[in-house]
Amino acid sequence: MLADKDRIFTNVYGFQPWTIDAAMKRGDWDNTKALIEIGNDTIIDRIKASGLRGRGGAGFPTGVKWGFMPKEPKPERPNFLVINADESEPGSCKDREIIRHDPHKLLEGALIAGFAMRARAAYIYIRGEYIREAEVLFAAIAEAYDKGFLGKNACGSGYDFDVFCHRGAGAYICGEETAMLESLEGKKGQPRLKPPFPAGAGLYGCPTTVNNVESIAVVPTILRRSPEWFAGFGRENNKGTKLFQISGHVEKPCVVEEAMSIPFRELIEKHCGGIRGGWDNLLAVIPGGSSVPLVPAKQIMDCPMDFDGLKELGSGLGTAAVIVMDKSTDIVQAISRISYFYKHESCGQCTPCREGTGWMWRVMERLRTGDADISEIDTLFEVTKQVEGHTICALGDAAAWPIQGLIRHFRPELERRIMEKNGGGDTPMMEAAE
Amino acid sequence: MPKVKVDGVEIEVPQGATVLQACELAGKEIPRFCYHERLSIAGNCRMCLVEVKPGPPKPQASCALPAADNQEIRTDSPMVKKAREGVMEFLLINHPLDCPICDQGGECDLQDQSMAYGRGHSRYTENKRAVTEKYMGPIVKTVMTRCIQCTRCVRFAEEVAGVEEIGAIYRGEDMQITSYLEEAVTSELSGNVVDLCPVGALTSKPYSFEARPWELNKTLAIDVMDAVGTNIRLDSRGRQVLRALPRINEDVNEEWATDKTRHAVDGLVRRRLDKPYVRRDGKLVPATWEEAFDAIAAVNAGSSVAAIAGDLVDCETMFAAKALVGAMGSSLLEGRQTGMDYDVTNLAAVNFNTTIAGAEEADVVLLVGTNLRWEAPLVNTRIRKAVRKHGAKVFGIGPETDLTYKTEWLGDDLALLGKLPKEVAEAFDKAEKPMVIVGGAALKGGHGAALNLVKSLNLVRDGWNGFNVLHFSAARMGGLMLGYAQPGGIADIVAARPKLAFFLGADEVDFSTFADTFKVFIGHHGDKGAHAADVILPGASYAEKPGTYVNLEGRVQRGDRAVFAPGDAREDWTILRALSEKLGHTLPFDTFAELRAAMAGDAPALAHEGLANFDWNPPALDAKGSGTVTYPISDFYLTNAICRASPTMQRCSAELVHGQDFAEAAE
Repeated sequence: MLADKDRIFTNVYGFQPWTIDAAMKRGDWDNTKALIEIGNDTIIDRIKASGLRGRGGAGFPTGVKWGFMPKEPKPERPNFLVINADESEPGSCKDREIIRHDPHKLLEGALIAGFAMRARAAYIYIRGEYIREAEVLFAAIAEAYDKGFLGKNACGSGYDFDVFCHRGAGAYICGEETAMLESLEGKKGQPRLKPPFPAGAGLYGCPTTVNNVESIAVVPTILRRSPEWFAGFGRENNKGTKLFQISGHVEKPCVVEEAMSIPFRELIEKHCGGIRGGWDNLLAVIPGGSSVPLVPAKQIMDCPMDFDGLKELGSGLGTAAVIVMDKSTDIVQAISRISYFYKHESCGQCTPCREGTGWMWRVMERLRTGDADISEIDTLFEVTKQVEGHTICALGDAAAWPIQGLIRHFRPELERRIMEKNGGGDTPMMEAAE
Repeated sequence: MPKVKVDGVEIEVPQGATVLQACELAGKEIPRFCYHERLSIAGNCRMCLVEVKPGPPKPQASCALPAADNQEIRTDSPMVKKAREGVMEFLLINHPLDCPICDQGGECDLQDQSMAYGRGHSRYTENKRAVTEKYMGPIVKTVMTRCIQCTRCVRFAEEVAGVEEIGAIYRGEDMQITSYLEEAVTSELSGNVVDLCPVGALTSKPYSFEARPWELNKTLAIDVMDAVGTNIRLDSRGRQVLRALPRINEDVNEEWATDKTRHAVDGLVRRRLDKPYVRRDGKLVPATWEEAFDAIAAVNAGSSVAAIAGDLVDCETMFAAKALVGAMGSSLLEGRQTGMDYDVTNLAAVNFNTTIAGAEEADVVLLVGTNLRWEAPLVNTRIRKAVRKHGAKVFGIGPETDLTYKTEWLGDDLALLGKLPKEVAEAFDKAEKPMVIVGGAALKGGHGAALNLVKSLNLVRDGWNGFNVLHFSAARMGGLMLGYAQPGGIADIVAARPKLAFFLGADEVDFSTFADTFKVFIGHHGDKGAHAADVILPGASYAEKPGTYVNLEGRVQRGDRAVFAPGDAREDWTILRALSEKLGHTLPFDTFAELRAAMAGDAPALAHEGLANFDWNPPALDAKGSGTVTYPISDFYLTNAICRASPTMQRCSAELVHGQDFAEAAE
């Protein structure tokens, strides 16, 4: 279990005020100038050395990502940092805690990360529904400007850096990095084609890096406490600490910072008071937010909670939004509801996702009631395969994976419902005479 | 130049080519819906997926992927086949499959590609989506349930037409293409979205339920609605032209056509002159050809004869008339009906020298007295391209009007040509490819002043001639090449008081000045010219005769006959040939080929298709500009007799120019 002294987010529960004075007492904005004086490339090297992987779900090494930015930006084409606070993945609620209780960690991280990648400014794109959080963020930015930590000659470092906060309007797809850039530019939030990647042509056509809130917020602490300290947690390739968000059928759902690679059982026992009704009552877990495939109880119990461990189970860490489901769950309905979410949030730009999400949801609804044919399970699986990997952005994949997980692990349940509905026998399919 | 392997065949592709283009170069067909050569890349239909190594282990959208060295592209692997089948199935699940009642049937990309790449059956058993119709104006009919959201129309409107009036609303499977607040699309190019639409969502409203594509005879022709010389294909059935579609000609119209080009064709069957008329006791009465010819012969004009050409006539007609007038001993020829009298001693000085395609490269443009958007919409798109592509600067002298791109209006006084503001001079100083376009409205008071700019702005340089005159009559350049210009314009002819005058489809002449002249109207529509005539000889329209046309850049082009003229109407040259015999001055050609040969002798440049070469040798004219600019076209949709007879053009005029409300309720 992570020791209290090793916690990065020391006010994640809001026991202390979020304001700048309290934050400074907790160690934020402490001689930030010295961190900047480390130098752009050294900061990037240290982040690389820390093994920090993007906390937004895809797990791309953060330092490497920063390294893609042009080293000498032209004045008419400045670099930008965009911070993704459009936390809309069902199950995820970590960025919200950071922003409302510890916003200065994010702002200081924005300055340092922005400096490292030679960005002129950072845009924080905050989810539209986060109204109170946005208020806190706006106020925190104002505080930081008042203290001279942001703006011209930020922290006395001689570096000019602005932070802007932009509120979204409630579309899940705007959490996709290129859709976010479109939305920031005032257009309809639809993902762009890649290439060109944002590091080449992003916001307003300028080189841009999009990072998750948590990835940015941990940066100052990593630099202060050394990359080696950060790399001391977790397994190889899965370093550091991570905010886990456990929801669902556990005794005490919570957001908690833990070391990466903590076994699932330990995470639940230590922080959540165990599974509701005991471990035998565990049905399945969605370990990384709604878009990753579910993992049945047996497989997940002793799995290390990190990128690679969950990948081996055919799932993923995602944002570490752990959704726990006990045996009282109607698992088909749960997945069907997720399908509806993706159908509702598909931007409609590209064909497989636009048409496929609706189709998948409709079949899921019928599978829920058993009003289907056995063969439709295979058809549905094929349809998910037709969507997965054929779309512009990852929403198509995200819509396909939960269903694939369901079919992979709960096919008998689907078949049972169909059999019950159809009177228990496998009736031969009726065919019209031609 | 990157070398790639397409299905095992190594080819070299141009720098910057996409994988899709590489595959096409290798002779592989790549199905696509959203991709279009002339529009930006959307990459949203996902039909063009191919397998590319190196790369992620999933199919890639070839339209958006740059071709790179050592790529291994497969268009025939099982992965690609499956991907295409999958996308095709998705496209069809919510498509109504109402091909039997769809106007696109037979020329539908979705039909063709589902035949070639689809699975042959659907596994989708749920209800299909239905979408309400949208109103997009008098040209475009919508059946939005058929839409596959490829967004070609959205991109066309925004990028080429320059009207941001089509867009997508809602998201996911509820996404719908609509016009802004369901208002008509106000572009004069809106009909092009019908061609662009790969399915039957946007079809032609005037043409709806008229014909199936396989019933139509297709004839290659040249458009006469403006001086651009749009290359068109006339689709006809029986004796009627049902629609006009653009052909691809990169030098002229790319693959666009204006709404007037497309939809004025329904004017070809209305208000037609289908028999000769003779004026008796002040009234025009039907007559036989004999009676009409006798009436003309009775004038006994001697050599007091003139010919005035209208805006739509072909070179052959003008040459035949010229030959007849010449045989009678006169040289009174004029084509500038409205009284223009600019100097034509050097045709290069009244030509669009930069060429239409060349206009794309201009970096600074000065428009002098021209509303490009109405006088030559397809030149306007080129300027718009120059603005979009490399930020060309555009200045304008004339009343302010929306040209779809940023134009700095300097005022409407032609005296400005003599004292251009500093920022204009500076811009031209820095320009590498400067362009001045002089419109008809400025030719009277500003031709000399504009020619004066050639030197002061250095418009003519090595490999670049930036001086342009923009005509808007299809017959203009051909007429000038054949000598249809008097030094003093039509006033010279009025002053000569000819006993007999031939009006070749000339409807814009002030006929009151010809009160004492015996007026013979040879034309196809009963418009102003026919009303004023003493004898009407029914002729053929551009669709009903083969003909040579010279566009505003001096490009000689030829069109064919699509249908026969109605009733007793004849091809114009045959009328003149027959009449010449009656008048005792038999013309020396009996066939169309002989006529063309004779014409080539008179104006050698007309013998070959392609750009005529006018030597650049501008005359020295009065360099003082004076007068204010008033654009000559007050109604884009009603500029000639054919479109004035066309119900579609009348409706466009009423709705789009005069703002009459035709909006239909959504069903």
